[in-house]
Amino acid sequence: MLKILVEKKYIYKAGLNIKCFGSSAVVVPTLFKTRLADLREFRLFTLNFGPQHPAAHGVLRLILTLDGENIISADSHIGLLHRGTEKLMEYRTYLAGLPYLDRLDYVSMLSQEYALICAIESSNQLVCPKRLQYWRVISLELTRLLNHLMAVTTHALDVGALTPFLYGFEEREKIMEFYERLSGARMHAAWMRPGGVSQDIMLGFADDVYTFCMQFINRIDEIEELLSSNRIWKQRLVDVGVITYEQALNWGASGPILRSVGCSWDLRYTQPTDVYSELVFSIPTGSRGDCFERYLIRMYEMRESVSIIFQCLELLGKEDVQYLVDDTKTINSKQKMYGSMEELITHFKAYQEGFSLPAGLTYSATEAPKGEFGVLLYSDGSNKPYRCKLKTPGFTHLQMLPVFSVGHMIADVSTIIGTLDIVFGEVDR
Amino acid sequence: MLTFIFWVITQVFLFLSSIISVLIGVAYFTLAERKVMAMMQRRIGPNCVGYWGAFQPLADGLKLVVKQFIIPNKVQTALFTFAPVYTLTLAFSAWSVIPYASGVVIANIDLGVIYLLAISTLSVYGLILAGWSSNSKYAFLGSLRAAAQMISYDVSLGLILLSIIIFVGSGNLTEIVFVQESLWFVVPFWPLALMFFISGLAETNRAPFDLTEAEAELVAGYNVEYSGVGFAMFFIAEYTNMLLMSLYFSLLFLGGWGFFSYVAIDSDSIVLFFILGLKTVFVAFCFVWVRATLPRYRYDQLMVLGWKVFLPLALSSFMFFTMVSVVGNLLF
Repeated sequence: MLKILVEKKYIYKAGLNIKCFGSSAVVVPTLFKTRLADLREFRLFTLNFGPQHPAAHGVLRLILTLDGENIISADSHIGLLHRGTEKLMEYRTYLAGLPYLDRLDYVSMLSQEYALICAIESSNQLVCPKRLQYWRVISLELTRLLNHLMAVTTHALDVGALTPFLYGFEEREKIMEFYERLSGARMHAAWMRPGGVSQDIMLGFADDVYTFCMQFINRIDEIEELLSSNRIWKQRLVDVGVITYEQALNWGASGPILRSVGCSWDLRYTQPTDVYSELVFSIPTGSRGDCFERYLIRMYEMRESVSIIFQCLELLGKEDVQYLVDDTKTINSKQKMYGSMEELITHFKAYQEGFSLPAGLTYSATEAPKGEFGVLLYSDGSNKPYRCKLKTPGFTHLQMLPVFSVGHMIADVSTIIGTLDIVFGEVDR
Repeated sequence: MLTFIFWVITQVFLFLSSIISVLIGVAYFTLAERKVMAMMQRRIGPNCVGYWGAFQPLADGLKLVVKQFIIPNKVQTALFTFAPVYTLTLAFSAWSVIPYASGVVIANIDLGVIYLLAISTLSVYGLILAGWSSNSKYAFLGSLRAAAQMISYDVSLGLILLSIIIFVGSGNLTEIVFVQESLWFVVPFWPLALMFFISGLAETNRAPFDLTEAEAELVAGYNVEYSGVGFAMFFIAEYTNMLLMSLYFSLLFLGGWGFFSYVAIDSDSIVLFFILGLKTVFVAFCFVWVRATLPRYRYDQLMVLGWKVFLPLALSSFMFFTMVSVVGNLLF
């Protein structure tokens, strides 16, 4: 950053010198000379972008150094939403720590729960019933729709297109109602459990998901009609926020940002969990690594998610009905505890003490809509994690902001923040 | 003497009634904007205050008037309070040359078009003063953008208007309307009309050229530090200018109050007002329509569009009209 700054100053000085003292024959009056000397001290414009800025997507505090409208440096200050999630999880049983993950990235809740569940399941060698695996995948893909709708439409709002936002949020509302029918909560579902889910799927839910998906493609088309071929939208996005393949790898990018540079890395495909290996889906990748491609990738991923949901719904019809795992280690049936004292005691102990993980280190990552979301659990064999570390994509992507934005104009910063798709719940944790 | 006093009273009455009608128009234009955008975005819009939200603008206005007018520390108080007043005054004074029908005009001057151009150029100062006196970085950036943008688009707007003045041979708006009795200018001069409309969007700082108050970049731009009445004045001025631009467009290109000899263009029929009103509402609707559809331009793209596209086009049209007029004078 410093280098760029120094170079720019140098260029300005040189420019002034050539302009004013280019010809040695010109006699410069003393007064004029001193004023020129003052002029040479360029003061850059420092702008405090946030934390209450409307385009900051939460509580991003960004110190921008501007030269006119051009960005010289962008310095993001994080931590305004720090809630100590990792530490809090160390003081709770594994299951009691689960709801914290909903509250990290509060637009893709289930994807994060799923990462913790994967870590526990792989550590305890639990296998979820096939039928529920399909439902988990459906819920994960609905979450992807939820997130990408938010990402793309608020991105459009940052660029100045007002209407896609409202189209998108109507669909988000429908998906949130699905969340409510799955778990009882609109946002913070806490629905997944090791080896299953917290409650069974309601009757008629599959029909409604099908109906929703049938009309959802049209809604995506409507949003694309407003944006994809719009010349102003293209002018604002094409060749803005470009990164190279090497940069993306070096900074640890994942998700749509990594795919936009041409790397077809998708954990659903490379390290499939549950029934993902049985499903057919394509991974859109870009080649230029600019904001427009990331937008296109997100739109395409939504279409792919809908296709995955359709596949799951179709395969579900071929599965035998199988209920939740009845395992004291993970979850107890609530039905029995109302009828028998012993069952009540078992249930109480199961929830009070929780279950333990074998001592050792587990890392499990899932393809959250924003990128790779990982949970690292270091267990000492007790019922609580000795150390819990969360790898969040937003944190990794936010640190790339200077790489993206230096050299662009101030209006591009909001475009870039939009394309990074950051949520401060997960950045600050 | 008595006639003079009577004349003054008539003029004051005319001007006041004009201002009040403009204010009511602005109030319901804000409601129309919210309702139209709501319909375009599949939502309902304001519907609680009065039937169909009919009293929403009044409630909003009342709220702004009742709110405290905060003057932040380290603000140039005099300029800070003067800027909104200045902007609103200019916005209203532009209406004095607008004819609503044949002879229904406060000041029927021959240079009406030039007068309007001068007013719109002057109104840049209001924005600059507001941004500069606010002692706020966002406001400062917003006012810089406003100055650059309005000056750039004033140039092409002026050239477009000059082309029409040369064609008509007069800068009087009533005469411009009379010339269009048989053929609206939008038909032969549609490129000019299109450019005028787009320049009008830029001139009134509307989407997709609302860079001066781009929410995603500059929070609220030049009026970020204003609250209460100060903000209300800027807001009213902006919407007044928008209505003025719509009316101006209908006068220049849509034949004003004429409608295919449906009513004689110089009669005093009340239908003429409705014809002009409908045309104005249509253009104002287009302003809202554009806002609901398009993303915002970036600052440099706006400048490129203004100087590299609009200016050459407007300049060439101006030269074309000048040549036609000169050659026509020589031949006939």
